[in-house]
Amino acid sequence: MASIDTSGGDSGHKKGPGVKKAKKLSTRVDMTPMVDLGFLLITFFVFTATMTTPTTLDLNMPKDIKDEKEQTETKESSTLTILLGKNNHVYYYEGQLKVEEGENNFKTSTFKEIRNVILNKKKEVISRYVPDPECEAKAKADGKPISNCADKDFVVIIKPNKDATYKNTVDILDEMTINQVRTYAMVKIGKEEQELIDATEANSGE
Amino acid sequence: MPSVKLPRKSTDTDMTPFVDIAFLILSFFIMATKFKPPEPVEITTPGSVLSQKLPESNAVMITMDSANRVFFSVLSDKDKSKYDAIIQGINEAQNLNLSPAEIASFRQVFAVGVPFSQLKQYLDMSDEEQKKVRQAGIPVMDSATNELYWWIQESKKAFAGEKLNFLIKGDQKAKYPTFEAVVSALKRNEEFKYNLVTALDDVPMGSELDKVLQVQGKVEKN
Repeated sequence: MASIDTSGGDSGHKKGPGVKKAKKLSTRVDMTPMVDLGFLLITFFVFTATMTTPTTLDLNMPKDIKDEKEQTETKESSTLTILLGKNNHVYYYEGQLKVEEGENNFKTSTFKEIRNVILNKKKEVISRYVPDPECEAKAKADGKPISNCADKDFVVIIKPNKDATYKNTVDILDEMTINQVRTYAMVKIGKEEQELIDATEANSGE
Repeated sequence: MPSVKLPRKSTDTDMTPFVDIAFLILSFFIMATKFKPPEPVEITTPGSVLSQKLPESNAVMITMDSANRVFFSVLSDKDKSKYDAIIQGINEAQNLNLSPAEIASFRQVFAVGVPFSQLKQYLDMSDEEQKKVRQAGIPVMDSATNELYWWIQESKKAFAGEKLNFLIKGDQKAKYPTFEAVVSALKRNEEFKYNLVTALDDVPMGSELDKVLQVQGKVEKN
């Protein structure tokens, strides 16, 4: 079993006649209990170890502006609005919300598909970019890539409704980081949008 | 036929290297293990791809659990007097008539999740009782009675002149209106920067962020 072997060495050495050989006590120690205990402790620490260190996601919220004149306006053609509903449902529309017959741009999506929606919209905005020397000069001065200017107009507006969970909210904010969306805002959901979500949910039987 | 004599091999294996490794692993785990701080409720945080580290001191943490209850806790290991300053401020602002003993017991409380009306009673309890009692959560939903606003205001006073981080730790199942109410309490205190506590997720392969990180990695290598 577990033991340290210390025998051997100069055991063959002959002593003179009459010299009594002292009885050699074994120095072997049974290490089994120690090993048992060692492994018990390892198991304990493996189970209790918290290896997932929490990380943080920074969130900056704008000041509430009461005056409508001071509100930031976004270009209609480069705005994407994402709505979050219950049961992890995602809805989106581009530009202004249009719900007339034949011109409905309110669409349903999922968390898996929304990444492509964001990327496609971003590409579309970049493709329409007309070189802006002022912005490019500023980017150069700040040591940022000029490509930052191409998508400077791209804005994503996030509107979670009352049934959306905190996880959905964090996931969509994360999606902004993953897709490198520089400008996004969290806004309260409008009445019209809420009604549309309700109608969609009623249609799908939820 | 002469039989072939097989030399008898000893079954006694030398386990010393094995034991060495075992204890090496053991010491690693002892050193690396950091015990979870006590939590008022079990919270499963959502994941995010950002890998920033969480500030552990000079922070107040607002916790939202799956039942949309809101808890408030102070993280200030170095300077315990902050706890006294905050509870003292709450006591004066809300006329709670807390005794010095009740104020002192706030240091031991890990997270407060009761309305002001029950705070005196809650602080009177022993540690054991505090653990057993089910806290109702700080009222936040109505902006007129948003008590979190007062907690944040007092913590801002207590940490005046120092950097104070606002951590928001929410359960995956917490609803968005709760989060919105917490944010509005912070906004009313003129605080617009928060840290959302998340677990680390992997960056999806081939995404825009992945490309940016790869470019950064190459730059660092060169």
